[in-house]
Amino acid sequence: MTVGTAEDADGLSPHGEAPGAAHGAADAFDPGAAAGRATDAILRDTLHGTARGVVVDSPPGAGKSTLVVRAALELAAAGRPLMVVAQTNAQVDDLVQRLAEKEPGLPVGRLHSSDADPYDKALDDLPQVRKSAKAADLAGLPVVISTAAKWAHVSVDEPWRHAIVDEAYQMRSDALLAVAGLFERALFVGDPGQLDPFAIVGSEQWAGLSYDPSASAVSTLLAHNPDLPQHRLPVSWRLPATAAPLVSHAFYPFTPFRSGTGHGDRSLAFAVPSDGSGPDRVIDEAAASGWGLLELPARHTPRTDPEAVRAVAAVVRRLLDRGGATTSERAPEAAPLTADRIAVGTAHRDQAAAVRAALAALGVTEVVVDTANRLQGREYDVTVVLHPLSGRPDATAFHLETGRLCVLASRHRHACIVICRAGVSDLLDDHPSTEPVQLGVTVKFPDGWEANHAVLAHLAEHRVPWQP
Amino acid sequence: MSLIATLGRMEAVRAGQAQPAATVCHRRLSARPLVFVPLTTAGEAGAPLGALVGTDPDAPRLLVVAQPRDRDLRFAFLAELADVVLPYIDGFAADVEAAERTETDPETGKRIKVEAELCADAPQLIVPSRAGIDFVRLLGRSMRFRRTAEQDPETPYPAPPRVPLLGRWLTHFGERARVPGSSLLLALTDVLGLHWTTGQSSLEDQHLGALLAWIAPPDGLSGARAALRAELARGADDQLLCPPAGPATDPAFDNRLLAPAIERYDRARTALAAAEDGLEADDRLGDLTNAEKAVRDLVESRTLPTWQAVWRGLDLLRELPEGAHVADRWTRDRWSFTAHRDRVAAGEPPQPRRDDAVTAANKLASREREQARLDAQEALDDPLVMAGRRLAGEAFAGEVVDVVMAYSESKRPSPRPLITVRTADRPHLGERAKVYRSLDGRPQTAEFVGTQDAGDDAVLVLRIVDKMGRGKEPEAGSVPERGDRLCFTLFEHDQRGGAKLPDPEHTPWTHGGPPGEEAAVAETADPVTEEDVL
Repeated sequence: MTVGTAEDADGLSPHGEAPGAAHGAADAFDPGAAAGRATDAILRDTLHGTARGVVVDSPPGAGKSTLVVRAALELAAAGRPLMVVAQTNAQVDDLVQRLAEKEPGLPVGRLHSSDADPYDKALDDLPQVRKSAKAADLAGLPVVISTAAKWAHVSVDEPWRHAIVDEAYQMRSDALLAVAGLFERALFVGDPGQLDPFAIVGSEQWAGLSYDPSASAVSTLLAHNPDLPQHRLPVSWRLPATAAPLVSHAFYPFTPFRSGTGHGDRSLAFAVPSDGSGPDRVIDEAAASGWGLLELPARHTPRTDPEAVRAVAAVVRRLLDRGGATTSERAPEAAPLTADRIAVGTAHRDQAAAVRAALAALGVTEVVVDTANRLQGREYDVTVVLHPLSGRPDATAFHLETGRLCVLASRHRHACIVICRAGVSDLLDDHPSTEPVQLGVTVKFPDGWEANHAVLAHLAEHRVPWQP
Repeated sequence: MSLIATLGRMEAVRAGQAQPAATVCHRRLSARPLVFVPLTTAGEAGAPLGALVGTDPDAPRLLVVAQPRDRDLRFAFLAELADVVLPYIDGFAADVEAAERTETDPETGKRIKVEAELCADAPQLIVPSRAGIDFVRLLGRSMRFRRTAEQDPETPYPAPPRVPLLGRWLTHFGERARVPGSSLLLALTDVLGLHWTTGQSSLEDQHLGALLAWIAPPDGLSGARAALRAELARGADDQLLCPPAGPATDPAFDNRLLAPAIERYDRARTALAAAEDGLEADDRLGDLTNAEKAVRDLVESRTLPTWQAVWRGLDLLRELPEGAHVADRWTRDRWSFTAHRDRVAAGEPPQPRRDDAVTAANKLASREREQARLDAQEALDDPLVMAGRRLAGEAFAGEVVDVVMAYSESKRPSPRPLITVRTADRPHLGERAKVYRSLDGRPQTAEFVGTQDAGDDAVLVLRIVDKMGRGKEPEAGSVPERGDRLCFTLFEHDQRGGAKLPDPEHTPWTHGGPPGEEAAVAETADPVTEEDVL
């Protein structure tokens, strides 16, 4: 690896060096400028390029949504009718709100399903947003936004001149097939490190085909259009300086990124001192170092491991009780660490439900508890994670999936606390990856096995053993 | 593995016998299935060694390839197989009933109903294990692009008539078997595993002998011991007492019995070819016949136990009544069979080697819908399956303890009754989660309103939102009454149709664009390679 400098660190080439990846260049690295150059190049290709598609890879918290909003506004300003494809209704509503915030004068169409409560009621307060379940009602608006599932039911005589596909790495190839006829050109934005799309039935018979319907939309797109310009956002504004190196090293080894903030820029402190218990000690460790591992004794458990679930709830309860305060580059004065700034992440829905029940028993109801799939794209100050492999007797492909751990380990602005049974690294050693190698399928690096080991090795330095 | 499956396995270990995992049979079992027990040759993909096939448990037809590497013998085997399978399939093609099918009108683009033929019943292929399904697929792939002398007089090594047709049918069966809940081609181990939980791993359940040993252990033996015996016990000749269900054979059988027998057959054949006069030839023909018979006997000895095990397994399954939704799913199998019958009759080319982008996406979407529908239907048909979903927090059963009439706040108020259900289950209900119950076979939706604390039980308040008629007052019987015992699910009972994908001719640029002109030409036969004429 050559030493990167601020000059060559434009973050544009997918094969290029990361901006300031080498330590020597750290002083010279200006994250704002690097990110700005990347954004400018993306917008140049999107607005003035000749390729039918532009692909942007974005690590966690690198300003993907900001980019989408900016590109949408510039395309609208250039008079090009634009459709935006996102993957979930929550993402669509979020984008509509961001657009409305940034450009209150711009009429926006929100195409929604005909179910009950199809969109966030907050959109009703925005006069410039027109909502309809029929695409024809929104014809002529400069920007129309909906989910891929809804767009798939739309048919048009005249395709849109431009589209933005958000979270394109989480979109399945068959979903893109259903909507690709609606636009002439598109900007594809997404995070390659997060969870791959999945199918609930076997799809091995198509493995290796360039248009494997269960693969991600981007892999099909690039397989058929290898010459499309690809860009990369080089700076994570979300992840703190304590987290970016680990996440970058474990999940993006060939396309490293940097944190937009330095080590002293953020802090997390608690008014109430530690009572010496496991939860309090791990909270203090995480506040100081950005990471904490609360390790329970080794044991094989059912998925909803009652002790681990109680430990998660206890940590959340103490986070709230100890009067936490965060300072960051956004606001110099300390902001209280409130329930809406904390999230709990799990691998399975029944685990999330069990944690919710345990939290409710401790009187905590405001904290978001969800699976990795549903936490994608969200941001919190502190996250508490029930490790996907905790207490398991085996390590299946589901639990080893790189993206799952990556999502769980990259939602936080300040600190991440992992709750786990001891013995996971032995479990990993007992279960090397055994997935069959499919001809024609690009092997994804790093594999979950390696990424899990990298994260565990780092967490081991912040370990607090605890007997519940 | 679900929690209830884990519990079931532990109970099976304790009881020494497989435990029921279902109270009804979730797959259609044809009254006259065609059982196919194939064996393959080690070391060469898709080289059949022999098979037992037939519809009568007492009269299987034995087909053997005495020298599996000989292409002529292999084709003779396939032709013989076609002589058994195709008449069986044809037996279902003629008996049709009138039905309706929705099609897209090419002029208006609207969905319209058209009259169509639907075969009254469909053929059913049963193989012993999952590997048997793969073998059916492999045979189909190896045959469907062959050309007969009639189709293509110029090609060397023409296939016997009907062999390519058999390939197309086996391909169809193999592809249909990938659709969740279909019953055209079943692997017995899968079906048995669906209805019984054994005390061994699901990998071990793929051994038909071991699986049956758990389900119906011989007198005086526990399931675990009987299964171990089925897997490992060898006789004095060092051969497995319970030969594997195939298609792969036991290496000890290959090395000690099969290889010498085939060698003897080869020698007899060479000797016959070298015979100098008629008398000598007669003699040597006798040797050859004996050598061939020896291979036949060996193949029969390894397939017959499996053949009998398959029918025993079918008898066990037939003791279960059929699930309520099975007939529905079988109707879709009949549609699938009828459609392929029509494609063959219309002279369409064989199924392509690879699906195009649109076909692949359509197949994946429809299989995902079928899977979700199957999961729901199995639970609705079977309280034991539903118990598993309840244990997983995906459903709950309980008693209605209160009903309060309420109305929606619109210009024309509609009934929105609130019911209170007391349940010992622990459903994972989120805010305003939707739950469904079956009301005369149709799903009625309710919304989760809130929960009251009541000790060990949960008391849930639900608001019923549909299936109560158009009037201000709900139709009789559409609202639960106090004391009713109900089961609500968090999963939907039926699946909506997916989005319409573009026609293959309009494949978008992201997926390679429209197919070129070469795609319009039917795929040619597999070229003959050096390996084909070893």
